[in-house]
Amino acid sequence: MTSTYDVRVDVTLRAGIADPQGATIERSLPHLGFDGVTGVGVGKTIRFTLTSADEATARAEVEDMCSRFLTNPVIEDAEVTVTEVAGATA
Amino acid sequence: MSARIGVVLFPGTNCEHDAVEAIRSLGGEAEILWHGDASLHGVDAVIVPGGFAHGDYLRPGAIARFSPVMASVAELAAAGGPVLGICNGFQVLTEAGLLPGALQKNAGLKFLCTTVTLRVETTRSVLTSEATVGQELQIPINHFEGNFTCSPETLAELRSEDRVVVRYVDNPNGSVDDIAGICSRGRNVVGLMPHPERAISDLLGSADGVPLLGSLLAAAAVSA
Repeated sequence: MTSTYDVRVDVTLRAGIADPQGATIERSLPHLGFDGVTGVGVGKTIRFTLTSADEATARAEVEDMCSRFLTNPVIEDAEVTVTEVAGATA
Repeated sequence: MSARIGVVLFPGTNCEHDAVEAIRSLGGEAEILWHGDASLHGVDAVIVPGGFAHGDYLRPGAIARFSPVMASVAELAAAGGPVLGICNGFQVLTEAGLLPGALQKNAGLKFLCTTVTLRVETTRSVLTSEATVGQELQIPINHFEGNFTCSPETLAELRSEDRVVVRYVDNPNGSVDDIAGICSRGRNVVGLMPHPERAISDLLGSADGVPLLGSLLAAAAVSA
């Protein structure tokens, strides 16, 4: 028996790693009249559906994907969210 | 017998012919290595050239590192064979873990296409053995993600081990410590963002890439 999970991987730059996109946005906002904005960080979200035996297995699989492919651990961190899709148990 | 250099071709690579032409003009033999073929066909050294391997999807080099040829490139590197990554090739080598650090988007988010001045920082690498320390070279750059970054520990290691191979005299992209190119601990794997293969004749605006690729050929001849 397997279950289906909605997976969301939020990829952010590790602390101390330069964020050229965040810096550019932060510099641009005051020109548009938005003052007081600091600490802009740009990341990305990877979403997919995964069929797996159980939530722990699904999570382990996603962590493995993150470390080998979805992120570059040299500069990026990943936050994994796994949510079971209701009624999708096969 | 002249040294044989393999130039890796991924889908999306676009500097392979420049690299082949540069090597041949310097008296070496060069051949294209298809990324899907795990064999290096007995070449003495490998160049991973510039371009957009696999479309640079996800991150530059993220998909290319899984191509069959890369396992063989890693074996060659582990055996001490010369491996040079230029531009996208540098990104591929960092993703593959053959070189430390990573390449980020340029500071200011501008695609840069210009000629820069590089300073040779060490001659103890397969790219600079025939150059001199402090020598300044005019070499073109052509990249969006050439902003070298790494942890403070890695940077300290690169500096103390004399592994920063070339620096920008006037940093164009925000790279940490003005780094344009680095080498592996074994000094046989080098990656740099600038394109020495585009600077091999005064007709091209600069012949300053000659001592660099000449060094690679010399290193390849030793391992031949």
